[in-house]
Amino acid sequence: MITSVLIANRGEIARRIIRTAREQGIRSIAVYSGIDTELPFVAEADEAVQLPGDGATAYRDIEAILKIAADSGAEAIHPGYGFLSENAAFAEAVTAAGLIWVGPSSAVISTMGDKIAAREAAIAAGVPVVPGSAALSSVAEAVSEADRIGYPVMIKAAGGGGGMGMAVVDDDSTIEESFERVSGVAQRLFGDARVFVERYVRRGRHIEVQVVGLPDGNALTFGERDCSVQRRNQKLVEESPSPAIDDAMRAKLMSAAKLLAERVGYRNAGTVEMIFDVDRGEFYFLEMNTRIQVEHPITEAVFGIDLVAAQLAIAAGEDPGLPSHPASGHAIEFRINAEDSVRFLPRPGPIKGWEEPTGDGVRVDAGYRAGNAVTPAYDSLMAKLIVYGDTRDEALSRARVALADFTIDGPKTTLDFHRELVDSAEFISGDYDTHIVSRLRPGTK
Amino acid sequence: MSHEVIAELAANVWKIVAKPGDKIGPDDTLVILESMKMEIPVAAEVSGTITSFAVAEGDTIDEGTVIAIVHTD
Repeated sequence: MITSVLIANRGEIARRIIRTAREQGIRSIAVYSGIDTELPFVAEADEAVQLPGDGATAYRDIEAILKIAADSGAEAIHPGYGFLSENAAFAEAVTAAGLIWVGPSSAVISTMGDKIAAREAAIAAGVPVVPGSAALSSVAEAVSEADRIGYPVMIKAAGGGGGMGMAVVDDDSTIEESFERVSGVAQRLFGDARVFVERYVRRGRHIEVQVVGLPDGNALTFGERDCSVQRRNQKLVEESPSPAIDDAMRAKLMSAAKLLAERVGYRNAGTVEMIFDVDRGEFYFLEMNTRIQVEHPITEAVFGIDLVAAQLAIAAGEDPGLPSHPASGHAIEFRINAEDSVRFLPRPGPIKGWEEPTGDGVRVDAGYRAGNAVTPAYDSLMAKLIVYGDTRDEALSRARVALADFTIDGPKTTLDFHRELVDSAEFISGDYDTHIVSRLRPGTK
Repeated sequence: MSHEVIAELAANVWKIVAKPGDKIGPDDTLVILESMKMEIPVAAEVSGTITSFAVAEGDTIDEGTVIAIVHTD
């Protein structure tokens, strides 16, 4: 059993980890940057130590964090998500310092963090991947690969990411023009003109599987999360179970994720992200996140488990004693961001008022409260509203009330968007895809 | 006619992805801003030719800052 843990993170996830630590009698040590001094997680930890530096770099200062861990006598380090959570060198340094790393091994982080190695690991485990080509150097190659894969295809920059440098091609009449354009953008943006072709999923759902790798080498799965409500390829709303798949498809997803986790020697909590092609009824591996996920509470709600507690137990080499019962009910998470509800542009600023909803099946994981300021230095997530109901309809009804009762005076927020979403015919039907936000908000990517 | 491309938010200029003289359409991205860990592409919103950029990569800009001038078709 771990007796003390340093949390190398901030905001709502730091609070979330501190809560489980308190429940288990584990001493919690927070680290914080100067501008975060007034945030609730700093006061709630048993100890809090200020990091040198400020802004975005403070929580990435490996040397400073390890020194604070040593000085405070921390036994373990929990990285949360973002920042250093998927940094293999940090995981290695934590272990080398004689501390317990709350996460998978640095070797696994390294493999799954490399797009090509992760794709190869998925193929080796028999998990389907998006059909695609190697890097291409000529239009002729692109045409031949597109014919093999089948239109529509996406031309993507080999050195790219973040949704930039890509084009959808419906047939061979426009492939030459798109090839030249993406290649030109790729050269300007990434200094690398190489592109590749892959199958384009016109109507896709982002569906991910929660896995937990046990110390004995077995991996358990805890259902799926449907994260198809996105803007700029970032999630806004997640729900579990997914309304898009049936039990047979669910069984296939779970089995694929379990095989992959066991094959790469995964220990601790992780997430296998897939894209589900609605028209073809097939899923493909996207990537694996080797950490706790922002949207983990919806899994906790439908399984009645504490994933952070499981992480701490596994890190100590113990069986977390997770139940094997199936999921029950339905949970939805709404990300309350400091962004406007129309174009989702960041809108940091001081918080003058903050009223959280309460009631059956309502959970709020917040990083802020009235009197705090949201600064531009960090991400825009202020809070997560998680609602649970016996059915999806009940969860939606509870969501409408909870969203109406959640008031934040200060920064513009995504609350208004969520209020419209839960009343939209498309979301209510459950039959939506990753383009739902751009349909509700034309002009938003 | 000249059209000013204006920043809608305070942000850092992450990347400039076009250059003066480029012919562009309304949806073409000119620069990518970064704020709160988000990359926000800024499009020209008009068709024309880029006359000049008023910002450089790495600049911190305020809402309302002129990013570029486009000579419209």
